[in-house]
Parts: sequence; C-alpha cells; structure tokens
Amino acid sequence: MTTASFAPDQERTPVPPAEPEGTATRLALKKRGRQARALVMPALIFSIVLTQVPFLVTIAFSMLQWNQLRPSEIKFNWFENYSVVFTGPDFLPSLMSTVIITGSSVVLSLLLGLFFAVLLDRKFLGRGLARTLMITPFLVMPAAAALLWKWSMLDVNVGMVNWALNLLGLPAVAWNTDLPVVTIVILLTWQYTPFMMLILLAGLQSQSREVLEAASVDGAGPWRTFQWMTLPHLRQYIEISTLLGTIMMLQAFDPIAIMTKGTGGTKTLSYLLYERAFIGLDVGQAAAFGVVTVIITIAVASIALRTLFKVFINGGER
Amino acid sequence: MRKIRGSIITAVTWVLVLLFFFPIGWMVFTSLKSEGDAASIPPKFLVNLNFDQYAIVFDRGMGSYLLNSLSASLGSTLIVLLLAIPCAYGLSIRPIKKVQDVLFFFISTRFLPAAASILPVFFILKSLGALDNITALSLLYTAINLPIAVWMMRSFFNEVPMEIVEAAQIDGANLRTELTKVVLPILIPGIAAVALICFIFAWNEYFLATLLTTFTARTTPPFLASFVDGRGQFLAVLSAASTVAVLPVVIAGWIAQKQLVRGLAMGAVK
Repeated sequence: MTTASFAPDQERTPVPPAEPEGTATRLALKKRGRQARALVMPALIFSIVLTQVPFLVTIAFSMLQWNQLRPSEIKFNWFENYSVVFTGPDFLPSLMSTVIITGSSVVLSLLLGLFFAVLLDRKFLGRGLARTLMITPFLVMPAAAALLWKWSMLDVNVGMVNWALNLLGLPAVAWNTDLPVVTIVILLTWQYTPFMMLILLAGLQSQSREVLEAASVDGAGPWRTFQWMTLPHLRQYIEISTLLGTIMMLQAFDPIAIMTKGTGGTKTLSYLLYERAFIGLDVGQAAAFGVVTVIITIAVASIALRTLFKVFINGGER
Repeated sequence: MRKIRGSIITAVTWVLVLLFFFPIGWMVFTSLKSEGDAASIPPKFLVNLNFDQYAIVFDRGMGSYLLNSLSASLGSTLIVLLLAIPCAYGLSIRPIKKVQDVLFFFISTRFLPAAASILPVFFILKSLGALDNITALSLLYTAINLPIAVWMMRSFFNEVPMEIVEAAQIDGANLRTELTKVVLPILIPGIAAVALICFIFAWNEYFLATLLTTFTARTTPPFLASFVDGRGQFLAVLSAASTVAVLPVVIAGWIAQKQLVRGLAMGAVK
C-alpha cells in the first residue's frame, strides 16, 4: 500500500527539534522557514488571484441588477437575485437534475468500475491490452465523446446502438430527444467507469496475496472472501473514487452543452448558470446561481475533503 | 473443470472490454470510410478504406486549432511545473507552519466549480481585450491544474529518502543545489506524470475554451462541434477530426498508465 509513504509532515522535518538549541540553530531554522515560505508563496498567490478574487467578484455581481441588454441600468439590488433564485421556477428542477444525473452516473460507474476491476485483476491472456483498452474512454476528449455518442452511437437513424436494438427485434429509440437524462447518464458512466476502475484496481492489487490464499486454504469460497476481505480492504479506495468522481461529474458541462442543450431534465446547475449569463445575458442572476452552486458544491466537497484528508495526510485507517 | 471456468470468465471479460471500447474502435473505423458508407444502415464492414476524410479535416484548418490546443496545454503545463515544484518542495521537505492549511486551500480551489469565477473572468478579460487569447487561456488552465500538481508533487517529494537530502546539506549544498541537483533527478518520473495529467486536462478542456475564445485562440474541443452540419452526412469527417483530436492524449495516457492512476487519485494510491 501507499500509506507507508504518507508520514505526517512533522516527521519530515529535517532538523530534529530535540537537538540542543543554540542561537545558531535557531537562526538556521528561521532561515529555512523563510526559504520554505518563499518557495510556497508564488503558487499560493497565483492561485488566490486566479480563483479566490474572481469568486469574491462573483459575490459582488450577484447583488447587482445587471442585464447586458440594458447596460445603463446597473445598480445594487442586494438580495433580490437570490430571492429570484429560490422562488423562481428554475432552481429546484435544476438542482434535482443535477442530483439525479450526478447520482446515477456515480453509482453506475462505481458498480461497473468495481466489476471491471475484479475481472481485470485476474491473470488472463492479454490482460495488459485489456486494461489499456478499458482506460481509453477516460482519456478521450469529453467533447469528442459527446459528439460521437450523439451522432454515431445513439442517433435514431444511423446510430449503432439503435442498429443493435433492431437486430434484437427492439424498436429504435430517439435517445437524445426522448430520453435525454438517460443519454447523459450513459455518456458520463462510459467516461468515468475507467476512472473508478483504475483506482479500485490499484486497491485490489495492494491486497496481500498471502492473506487471500490463506482464506482460500481455510475453505472460504471466492464470494465470501470478496465480501469479508476484499470489500472492507477496498473501502477507502471506494471512498476516494466516489468522492473524486462526484466532484468531477458535478461539474460536467460538455455533454449537456453538446448533446441535449439542457432540454428534458438535463439542465444542471452549471448549465443553468451558463444559460442565464451567456444566452439570457442576465449577469446578476447568473452570479447568484453561481454563488448558490458553489455553496452546494462546498457542502459536498467538505465531506469529500474530510475523507480525503483522513486518507491522504494521516495515511488512512489501517 | 476449474480451467474451463477460467477460460469462460476470460472470454466474458474480453467481450465486455471490447464492447466498452467499441465506440472508440468504431470512431477510427468510420474515419476511414466515405460519408456514404459511414451513414449506411446496416453498417458496412467490407468497404474501401482511405484517408480522404483526414485530408478534408486539415483542409478545414484543423491544424491551427491543434496548434492552439498545443500551446495552451504546453504553456499551462510548464507554468504549473514552475510553480508547483518549488511549492511542493517547500511544503514537504522544509519545516513550515500551517502546511495542512496550505494544502487544504489548494485542494479546495480544485473543488470550486468554474461557475464560481467564470463571470468575473469573462468581464475582466473582455475589458483587458484579452478574450480569444491563448496566454489568458493558459493561465486559467494553470489555475485549474495547480492544486493537483502540488498534491501529486508533494506525495513524490515525501518519498525522497531524507538521508539523501541531509547528506547534501552536510556537504554544504544550498537550497537551490539541493533541489535541482539532488532531489529533482530522483523525481523525473514523478514530474513526467504530473506534466502528463496537467496536459491531458488542459487538452480536453471545453467550457472555458468555448466561452473565452472565438477564432484566433480557439482550441480543438469547441472546434470539433463545427463538423456537425444540418445539411448532410458528416459522420466520417467528424470521426476523422475526433480521432486526430483524441490521439495525442490517448497515446500519452497508454504509455503512462501507472503514473496516471496515481495522479488521478491525487497521489493517494500508487
């Protein structure tokens, strides 16, 4: 496992604090601290300027009445945009779409990813090639994936999926217009299953072979071994992949912009914001949607961060 | 009996893997067909294959979009490395207060959706006349990738044996020598992994590219959609353009599979 390498930072301190402290050592330590800060600062400042400052400006925007169609009428309206967000007809359905699309894609890709990870953990002919092929969907540019799935796979007339359905004696489906939510979920699941699989596979490979063999010698069947030994071992890998996957899929914009344009229950929060700002040209309201989206994401992410920190910094629970 | 069961599982595995890979294989196959063959149902398997669609793709100017993607991705990856390597070094080897706070800050910016900053970024760039500008795009990609890079680099630095660093310190190496001559050479594979992941994310980015570029600085992802036209058949040419667009990153990812896993989990797994 990796965790051995994640010693807490204090242990990495090159000068042990127990050493007798002369003024010289203390000065040296102070100098090191200054140097360390100097090394960290450029990245920190860059990050603050490019991410935090714009967010503060977004909060300011969200309290303006500002429609680009009427640029002369910009004025403060305090929380009016927020009251529009919460009382207007768009927010709740959009929140629901986000939860449904992200939730089902995460669950499906996690289950499929686990399934493939178990299959590809076995030794078999061409395993390396099979793994290489399996990770490819995650590497494919999301815009290209969305276009190809829309026109080449799911199109009602010439799509391969519908051709396959016809072969099986089933009627063709106009996925993109009749089942837009399913369409987006299919695409996200296809793209993120390899991601889940990669992390879970790393978890499977970090299992101790001896323990598994001992279990099988003791007469535990493969299913029991999986249930009682592999799954508990995988827990932290499942947590990491679920959390990182959720964060990434929560922000998915490309498939919706390319495939459904927010129709039929696919107008997620990020798409709604885009529509308000760049099609509706209502900057104030879009900013309010943005702030609310961020608050929701932070709520999800803080759970994610706590878990991640447990796993990353402290080396996880073993 | 056991052997037979094993071969059945292997066969099933392969069928499922190929099914999963099918859309990509089909993209490459379709890109070699003529438009008429590409759109025929039932699909034609025995057809003349040629590279005509690729010629069309480049005639429509894909070269300049690829070049834009390349400069935005390479540029941002370079800046990321320049910022992240010293930063991670400072965080992992030097004693510094509040290391965890800094790490926490970085990772939280990664979780901040683009929604949080896109509006001000758009208007600031607009007022600076920097819309449709590769440098602006590169800097934004740098901001997106910096947290991942810092986290990954830190996990690599933490693995450098302290003895090596201490030995260098005793030999009187100063900070820069210590970093460039002693630590970095050990970390070349790690740095390559960080660079690769930053490159992939930048190369594939669509949201900012769509909103902040129009023509001069337009990158490949938003350009791809222009191959869809309502009038006629476009499957073959779209497939060819997509193949060209995904190829660099797919091949790079295949070569660096192992490092990819670690980077995707932000250094949490090996």
